[in-house]
Amino acid sequence: MSIAQDVSNQRSKPDNYLTHDRGFRSWALTLDHKRIGLLYMMFVLSAFLLGGTFAVLLRTSLLTPNHWMFPSDPAHDTQAKLFYNNMFSLHGAVMVFMFIIPAIPAILGNFMLPMMLGAKDVAFPRVNLLSFYIYMLGATFFSWVLIGGILRTAFNIHLPFGFGLDTGWTFYTPFSTSKAEDGMVAGVLGAFILGFSSILTGVNFIATIHTLRPRGMTWFRMPLFLWALYATSIIQILATPVLAITLLLLVAERLLHVGIFDSSLGGDPVLFQHFFWFYSHPAVYIMILPGMGVISEIISVHSRKHIFGYSFIALSSVALALLGFLVWGHHLFVAGQSNLADSIFSLLTFSVAIPSAVKVFNWLGTLYRGSIRFTPAMVFALGFILLFTVGGLTGLFLGALATDVPLHDTYFVIAHFHYVMVGSMVFAFLGGMYHWFPKMFGKMCNQNWGRAAAIMLFIGFNLTFFPQFVMGAHGAPRRWATYPAEFQPYHVMSTIGAYIMAISLITVALNWLAGLLWGRPAPANPWGGNSLEWHTPSPPPYDNFPTPPVVDDPYNLSAWEYDASIEGWVPRKTDPASATAPADRTRPVTH
Amino acid sequence: MSLASTENSTHSHGHGARHDPHLAHHFDTPEQQFTSAKLGMWVFLGTEILMFGGLFCVYSIYRHNHPLVFKFAAEAYLSVPLGVLNTIILITSSLTMAWGVRAAQLNQKKLLMTCLVLTLLGAAGFLVVKSIEYTKKWDEHVWVGRWNKYNADNNASYRVAPPAQPTTRSAAVIAPPPVSAGTGVADANAGTDVSQIKPRYDYPLSQSIQAPQAKETTSEKDSAQDPDVRYRQLSDSDQWRVNTFFSCYFLMTGLHGIHVVVGMGLITWILMRSLRNDFSSEYFTPVDLVGLYWHLVDLIWIFLFPLLYLIH
Amino acid sequence: MSLTHSNDIPAPVADDVGPNAPHGVHAVPKRVLMTVYGVLVLFTVITVAVSKVDLGQANIWAALFIAVIKGGLVAMYFMHLRWDSPFNGVILISALFFVSLFIGLALLDSHSYQPQMKPTPMATRAP
Repeated sequence: MSIAQDVSNQRSKPDNYLTHDRGFRSWALTLDHKRIGLLYMMFVLSAFLLGGTFAVLLRTSLLTPNHWMFPSDPAHDTQAKLFYNNMFSLHGAVMVFMFIIPAIPAILGNFMLPMMLGAKDVAFPRVNLLSFYIYMLGATFFSWVLIGGILRTAFNIHLPFGFGLDTGWTFYTPFSTSKAEDGMVAGVLGAFILGFSSILTGVNFIATIHTLRPRGMTWFRMPLFLWALYATSIIQILATPVLAITLLLLVAERLLHVGIFDSSLGGDPVLFQHFFWFYSHPAVYIMILPGMGVISEIISVHSRKHIFGYSFIALSSVALALLGFLVWGHHLFVAGQSNLADSIFSLLTFSVAIPSAVKVFNWLGTLYRGSIRFTPAMVFALGFILLFTVGGLTGLFLGALATDVPLHDTYFVIAHFHYVMVGSMVFAFLGGMYHWFPKMFGKMCNQNWGRAAAIMLFIGFNLTFFPQFVMGAHGAPRRWATYPAEFQPYHVMSTIGAYIMAISLITVALNWLAGLLWGRPAPANPWGGNSLEWHTPSPPPYDNFPTPPVVDDPYNLSAWEYDASIEGWVPRKTDPASATAPADRTRPVTH
Repeated sequence: MSLASTENSTHSHGHGARHDPHLAHHFDTPEQQFTSAKLGMWVFLGTEILMFGGLFCVYSIYRHNHPLVFKFAAEAYLSVPLGVLNTIILITSSLTMAWGVRAAQLNQKKLLMTCLVLTLLGAAGFLVVKSIEYTKKWDEHVWVGRWNKYNADNNASYRVAPPAQPTTRSAAVIAPPPVSAGTGVADANAGTDVSQIKPRYDYPLSQSIQAPQAKETTSEKDSAQDPDVRYRQLSDSDQWRVNTFFSCYFLMTGLHGIHVVVGMGLITWILMRSLRNDFSSEYFTPVDLVGLYWHLVDLIWIFLFPLLYLIH
Repeated sequence: MSLTHSNDIPAPVADDVGPNAPHGVHAVPKRVLMTVYGVLVLFTVITVAVSKVDLGQANIWAALFIAVIKGGLVAMYFMHLRWDSPFNGVILISALFFVSLFIGLALLDSHSYQPQMKPTPMATRAP
């Protein structure tokens, strides 16, 4: 069945994965990776909304130096600070554990990974569903605990199990073992449950990429998004179990007084930080690597150019995954870590910048002399490159031992990680959603609104976080409910930026909703990509490929030509005598 | 590292392969499915190793920094014969499990069930021995954390009032720890009436721990065997960490024990499925995977045993 | 090289693999199982015996060395790694490598700051 026929069939609404089976049970018990991706999407985006709401609340409360949301008498002062602690703990915990870590792998990865392999599903569909339910259970419990804390500290409403978390998402000892409220155990358990979802997704992706590649798709013929997901999965399976045992030890410390981290029982609080950051540093590469994979896809397709330096980008993903395990001590520079370890980790931290830089140069090399289309996806991708560069460079300030000492625990750190987590990862996520939206839902979004939202988000983001670099360099401490009056101008700028970001994200959401409801039907290949997901109708049928796709170089974009009648791309008719025919199924496989 | 032969088309196999009830629709051949399942299981076992690795890290750090503590506690409170017994039991159960997998591959259903039952018995035996050990520790008041007589919560000599003047941080770091055998940290806070501070739990602590100042002369034979005497011979810093040894012991063997229980559940499930004739030489994947899990449980114990029990 | 079967190590085939067995499936021979079992029990006895001899610092390394041999035997023969695709073994080795990395660096650091540790007064704990 040719693509043109696919498109015309689509106008008469053929069966696709959304219509294949109906009813609640067909979604709740689905084994279809595409539906599981959408289920994840609902919860992950809700988590984003929850975390984002509290970001806006935090920024609002920081408009004045003295927590204007509460009366300023001493009794309310404690309450205001407890409330603030709960707010930033909720914001951090929800965003890290419930949004960023699952977002791209669980939504875009689940949907696209089998399709990019020309496969019908992931290796273990039931484990995939289990992974989703663990996520849902963990997310629900975790949110309940955290929101309960907010209600308790702000309004004195006590929900059962609504203990709240006031330690920050990092649960540092000795605060978490001696002074924090007892209910933090519930919060810790919520994070523990969520970790298993991450582990199972990693197991699934590794097995899928190893065993479900089709003939002709050697490792170096996979799309770069798959390399990124593979590297991410390696980190997920190696690092997340250490988080699991860390959280278990923390619970044991609190409930059983085992004396591992609590210094009054003979324990070592710095050890907790070693344990925690052994996971949490690689975790930030779990967050960013899939985003980088998405950017590789977007930059190539939307500038109509073969990716530059494919092997370098592919191998740098794996290098980043592995090097990311060697640097966790840079979070402990002022925690009491020995000078020897300080030096070792500082040196190793510099090495981790290299693979990231390799990628940035290769993306720029791809853009150079490309035919750039300013689709919303491309605008987000360009924003990513700039913001990731800033984020990455400022990481070097923090990785260098001498400069980290004054900058640690200031707003500089906050600005740095928001540049990489929001400016880079969220931009990549939104770009990926715009890139694959037509494939996933069979509809096109309004491109003008998408572009506007992307530009607005870029402006709002920089307004929010750039002043924080300056503030931090001047010594403004992080995680404080109140601040010295001299920092107020920065905070006000930052809050205005936060509101602009909120408006932009609402615009994105409405743009997607409008696309879902009223968008024009999408062609099979709206952007002209050559990876295998574009070789099937939009939205795909239940088993992904009505006819098995032929494996080719995923960046061979010249295999497609634009067809204005469908506003999409169709396979270029090749001259039979041409030497550049697509991959031959009878050609011997070279691994 | 890549799979040589998968076809995306569904009509390149004989009917036999596609009618195989165990072949999932997204796999092309049973071999591909089996390979994938094994690979996935090994990845999962890798995560288990990383998880236990955290506990081994705790162990390494505390043993390296307080070797005498571990020597004392292991010699005084752990029974090597019971440890050896448990090791042999687990190794034997590993053998029966591996034999069971072989039986499943060779269509030997009765042998498979026998092996699974024997493995279960081995697991149960392991848990029985473990519970004997745990009970003994309970009776000797050296359970985990709160219920351990060496825990600082229960040891009045470590409960001191705050110093009259706040010490500066640098002073606290530079000052060497008080070296005074047998008197605990009490001399750094002389004048505090520790007897007024009630321990959190009411333990029948032996007199020598309650009041470490009293130095009694004992015969050599007694001092070699009496744990309380040997405890007092440890430095202050070490005495404080005896509790940590027991935490390591209980956390490591406890988590391992939980995995044994889970393993028993999995083996029981396989046993029930084999009763229903689910397995044959064409399809034995679940037996193989549960076997891998069980061997990992054995592997972890192979490392736990010398590290906890054979410290001399 | 396929994932079901590693070509360079000839796999001893068991006595009676069924006619419908998938290609490449291999049952461990009884002889091998019993021999490995015997060696494991023997090494258990050896490790207890070695622990009773005072080798000072070397004791723990001797114990770990023997444990690695025992573990290796379980992995290679009971867990079938000897005849599996090498990648499964790579997973095991990688996991062990990262555990060692974690323990090594944490231990290095902990060792280095030990001189600065002193017991904390328990003033901050609730009575």
